[in-house]
Amino acid sequence: MSNKILNTRRDFLRTTASGLVAGMLPVSLVRLASAQEGGPDFTFAYVSDAHIQHVKGSQFVRNWDRGLIRAVAEANLLEPKPDFVVFGGDLAQLGTKAELDHGAEILSALNYKTYAVLGEHDYYLDLGEYWSELYGDHYYSWDHKGAHFVTLNSILTYDDWTFNRWESAERRMNEMAGLDNPNGSPFMVGKKQMDWLKKDLAKVSKDTPVVVFSHSPLQKIYKGWNFWTEEAEDIQALLKPFNKVNVIYGHVHQIQYNQIGNIAFTSVMSTAWPWPYPESYAQAESHLPILTVPMNRADPFNERDATGWQFMNMHTGRVDLEFNLYDNTNRTVAFNEQKGHPEDTSYSDPTNRTPAQRHY
Amino acid sequence: MKKIASILLAACVAAYSVEVSADEFTKEDAERWMEQFEQVAAEGRALWTSPELGTNGVACAQCHPNATNTHPETYPKFQKQMGRVVHMWEMINWCLRNPLEGADLAADDPKMVALQAYAYKERRGVELAPGKH
Repeated sequence: MSNKILNTRRDFLRTTASGLVAGMLPVSLVRLASAQEGGPDFTFAYVSDAHIQHVKGSQFVRNWDRGLIRAVAEANLLEPKPDFVVFGGDLAQLGTKAELDHGAEILSALNYKTYAVLGEHDYYLDLGEYWSELYGDHYYSWDHKGAHFVTLNSILTYDDWTFNRWESAERRMNEMAGLDNPNGSPFMVGKKQMDWLKKDLAKVSKDTPVVVFSHSPLQKIYKGWNFWTEEAEDIQALLKPFNKVNVIYGHVHQIQYNQIGNIAFTSVMSTAWPWPYPESYAQAESHLPILTVPMNRADPFNERDATGWQFMNMHTGRVDLEFNLYDNTNRTVAFNEQKGHPEDTSYSDPTNRTPAQRHY
Repeated sequence: MKKIASILLAACVAAYSVEVSADEFTKEDAERWMEQFEQVAAEGRALWTSPELGTNGVACAQCHPNATNTHPETYPKFQKQMGRVVHMWEMINWCLRNPLEGADLAADDPKMVALQAYAYKERRGVELAPGKH
């Protein structure tokens, strides 16, 4: 009898505790059912663009630290547990050992296997040498539950810019770190990696769902801020023969999604700070994908506004994204099988949009 | 006393006769003044991208590339968090204090003027929209 009461109490405590966790967690834990048989069905988490920034000594920019710490803590509470986590690049701000170590230590609290994507802020100080000590190869592929995953290093650029232009590695890093810096250079994957990608994909059957992770968009949106990859068309051509392709990219610190042929593109948010949409720069033309319903405009008085991370639902070869936004209503961008492209499940109807989704 | 007054008067007349009237500036004057503006806007761009403006290395351009999402054309406007209508320089000071963890600049500090010159320059051609959100 007493045993039973104890058990009941324990059950009650357990229920209350999980209720609390669910209440704190801004994650919709509804798992989408497979629309058809045969596709892989699992979840993973995606955290990106932490931009850990060293001030001096043991001091780092507190604001950016908090964004990454929160993503890690929340991802660890996910239920169902994700199969793995991807970190989408730009762990550091200026590529130093101090920044990469501090960021890697925060990420190391993740309870899951973590795959890492290289960002330009991790790379241009020592050309990715220290990053490699922490995370290994700059590009690689693997298979998971029937899907083929490819991680690209899409933040290379012309050799002349990388090797001949700057008097020091620090200068090179600083020049690439400024998003709007006219001394910057367009992102590329380069010939060696293109050859590798071609060979890698040749081994994969055309009905295997393919998921590509890159730091920069593998499409051309706005060159001035490197929302851009030079070989975008060539990479898209290599992906064209596959029935279902998903490209997930960081770098842009904002919600974007697009469909080009069979390829669904979706960006992810930064844990550090949001970026304006390129269309808000009055002096240049840009090409935000027309499908995109913009994220809410950031309120700078709210430190974590328009930042967050993603919970991905992979089903029947499509990746649906739940944007877990710290200080905003969560957004879901899911593949609409009827329309054949990703769409926002709440705001695709223009009458449902909010004034904050109007950027200018 | 009367002599001093007449000397002053003469000096004033002399000054007037040397200075041109307000409507008599030349094309060269206008170009020179634009150069003055461009120089200050360039100083503003340097400050905008500088890790030295605050104390933690964060620069304005990190969140506002090309000074986007600063909307200089909408000021003065009501900022709900300040609870009143403010001009752009007060918002810049908010950013200096918070994300940059630095100190306020006076409204007429040459650095503040330069920062605004840069932001306005990047927004040139956009219609004035005071109060807009």
